[in-house]
Amino acid sequence: MSAPPVGAVGREHPRLEGRDKVTGAARYAVEYPVENVTYGWAVPAAATRGRILRVDAAPALALPGVLDVLHHGNAPRLTPGVDADLFLLQEPAVHYRGQFVAVVVAETIEAAREAARLVRIDYDTEPHTTVLSEHHPGLYRPNKVNPSYPTDTEDGDFDGGFAAAEVRVDATYRTPAYHNNPMEPHATTARWRDGRLLVHDSNQGSTPVQATLAELFALPREAVRVVAEHVGGGFGSKGYAKAAVVLAALAARQVDRPVRLALTRQQLFGPIGYRAPTIQRVRLGADADGRIAAVCHDAISQTSTLTEFAEQAAVYTRSMYAGRHRRTTHRVVRLDVPTPFWMRAPGECPGAYALESAMDELATACGIDPVELRIRNDPAVDPEQGLPFTSRNLVACLRDGARRFGWADRDPTPGVRRDGRWLVGTGVAGASYPARARAAAAAATAAPDGTFEVRINATDIGTGARTALWQVAADALDVPVDRVAIRVGDSDLPAAGVAGGSMGTASWSWAVIRACEGLRDRLRQAPGGAVPADGLTVEVSTADEVRAQRPLPRYAYGAHFCEVRVDADTGEVRVPRLLGVFAAGRVVNPTTARSQLIGGMTMGMSMALHEEGLLDERYGDWVNHDLAMYHVSVCADVERIEAYWLPEEDPELNPAGVKGIGEIGIVGTAAAITNAVHHATGVRVRDLPVRLDKLLERPPTR
Amino acid sequence: MRGGRESGKPADDQWSSRLALTVNGVGHDLTLDNRTTLLDALRERLGLTGSKKGCDHGQCGSCTVLLDGRRVKSCLVLAVTLDGREVITVEGLAGRRLYPLQAAFVAHDAFQCGYCTPGQICSARGMLDEVSRDWPSAVTADLTAPVELTDAEVRERMSGNLCRCAAYPNIVTAIRAAASSR
Repeated sequence: MSAPPVGAVGREHPRLEGRDKVTGAARYAVEYPVENVTYGWAVPAAATRGRILRVDAAPALALPGVLDVLHHGNAPRLTPGVDADLFLLQEPAVHYRGQFVAVVVAETIEAAREAARLVRIDYDTEPHTTVLSEHHPGLYRPNKVNPSYPTDTEDGDFDGGFAAAEVRVDATYRTPAYHNNPMEPHATTARWRDGRLLVHDSNQGSTPVQATLAELFALPREAVRVVAEHVGGGFGSKGYAKAAVVLAALAARQVDRPVRLALTRQQLFGPIGYRAPTIQRVRLGADADGRIAAVCHDAISQTSTLTEFAEQAAVYTRSMYAGRHRRTTHRVVRLDVPTPFWMRAPGECPGAYALESAMDELATACGIDPVELRIRNDPAVDPEQGLPFTSRNLVACLRDGARRFGWADRDPTPGVRRDGRWLVGTGVAGASYPARARAAAAAATAAPDGTFEVRINATDIGTGARTALWQVAADALDVPVDRVAIRVGDSDLPAAGVAGGSMGTASWSWAVIRACEGLRDRLRQAPGGAVPADGLTVEVSTADEVRAQRPLPRYAYGAHFCEVRVDADTGEVRVPRLLGVFAAGRVVNPTTARSQLIGGMTMGMSMALHEEGLLDERYGDWVNHDLAMYHVSVCADVERIEAYWLPEEDPELNPAGVKGIGEIGIVGTAAAITNAVHHATGVRVRDLPVRLDKLLERPPTR
Repeated sequence: MRGGRESGKPADDQWSSRLALTVNGVGHDLTLDNRTTLLDALRERLGLTGSKKGCDHGQCGSCTVLLDGRRVKSCLVLAVTLDGREVITVEGLAGRRLYPLQAAFVAHDAFQCGYCTPGQICSARGMLDEVSRDWPSAVTADLTAPVELTDAEVRERMSGNLCRCAAYPNIVTAIRAAASSR
């Protein structure tokens, strides 16, 4: 592949915090020793829509060790208008079942937990609507979709192009609510001292959390410090200040003592966000050779009555494949549900399931190999913007993956391969994810002893960011890695954005490199090259540079190949092999990069086969709200899984030349699996997940 | 669970009990709320926060520790039932050098966020002991033959420990590497 790396970047390296994590020494949000600590326990609303009439805290307060019960009638005031979802314990209104309406604070975790059950709340309830449907009268056109894409796009004449096409696919795909479920629940330790707020919080970016807390509590930013040194996963759900940190800060202020508050696992199904369910209609019109002339992707999803979050599911289709006549639309409906939020590749992940499934249906309809179909429809320029891609290696990923997987000479006939009780099939899907960056600040300090410290408020939620930035810094300083220390995960460090949108390493390494370059310049100018006794520091921001980036289409690409085996009698699906090839710019640390890609692919498999939030319409809440009933893939589900990447140099990205790899692994995976299930059984599953009953409704081919 | 063992003497009030608990070789005389789980006793009373709380319902495995040598989910055990028992947590595995499973987890990148990791490692230690005693699993073909530590056996036996980052393939590799060095 590429030439061996000269410096630290590109070399395998174990995680810097690895030893701390395997010995239990790494401290997460509610694990810091705190004197005089108390325990908070959140109380969820038992009504779906309505108002709190009365809170009776007496039975809870009567329990030994209970210090206080906070609710809208007595909690400290927050600034209105900052964030409707975080305006907690301020008003009697209940907007969804599970909304936090009270917090118990007690001397022990046991007392807090028991007392939370004893808080009596009476509600005046109203009728609710909580089920997404394409016929819902409340569907409307949002002004933008997440995060700030145009809602609808149109180019050419889709209706005419589709009507004139020789081959047409018109299919509707459905995805259920998915729940992020990081292993560490959202959790916070909050302390107030002399009007200042210190929180240890489990989040994906403590700079924005600091800003939000400052606004909510009407404090100057420097009066709030947010530490997130180790974070037990987030997958988008910790990408913004969430309920735990606000409730803990409110409670700590109320009792004037430090408070530890962790949400329960059950409380993670809703109030902290989830991947919105979607209903997606995809239409593809092509000639007999499979060349797409017309493409339309109409996506429907839900949001809450509190905040508009519009999952950008159709955005994937805007740039993925060619086609002269194109249209994409998004509609949402406000339901009495928690606000959906980011979950690994929001938009692209469910969108790719729909489009990459439709591509497979088109391949079948045209009688063309699905790899070849995608190659034929690879656009020369961005089909909507008309601009050249800074680099686009989808075809290379497809070809390399096909070679590695042994795709050649595949018999496309569905439902004809049998190995004992197993029906065997293979599937493919493409993948893409935007390669973006946002501004960040970083500081680099040289010490007289020849060592360096680099500081940036990046967050390592398990991505390996700490290690990657350390490698990048060593190369930028042109010194061996053992002379460099890196500090991340504290809002006292130079400000940086969240670990999200696959932007972390791109954004943070940019600032780290500029700080290190600046420091080297200063060292060259220093008299005799000597470092002063108190060190030499350079701090930079990339705001101007990032803003000046040319508006070109920048994407990472990938291709997933998989084999599935379906039990002909039970419908059980196994995935003996899952292989991904990616083109994502430079890879800083192959060790952690591979883990990220494999992790994303596995979560995509989990999405295809295991996960499904089951809503009970009567209560407007998910009934399977724990890890026993909401199934995520376990060790036994993952057999042979491989991730590869192609060498890729793209000078239009950022100084480190990276595209980001946190999300592309989950994009397209589910479609590769359902496409393989179709190949194995002849059953096309258009509503995820692939459950046994969906394969047995129409018995697999014998 | 061992039977017939007297556990947890009532303390001065109806809410708590006294018990002796050995954790990582250190004896502790504790008076604990009767509702206290072993996990909360470790984390909130003894400051041993290596054992993690992922679900508090025995569904994720992050809190796995060794109780008298066997793996248990410490969130499902009431501490009051453990008078005289011995617990080993992730903090008790390493001496001056990392325990082989710990070193293998680092070397094979068998974790990302690290939150499930202490439970994975404690579970793996208990699991390897089970295998060495030829305890069969659901995927063991021959219940009478010695158990061979295949990938399938490791996967099956480690499926009580969830890893949302999905480091599973690396976990299997790390466990097998550590097992072969034993």
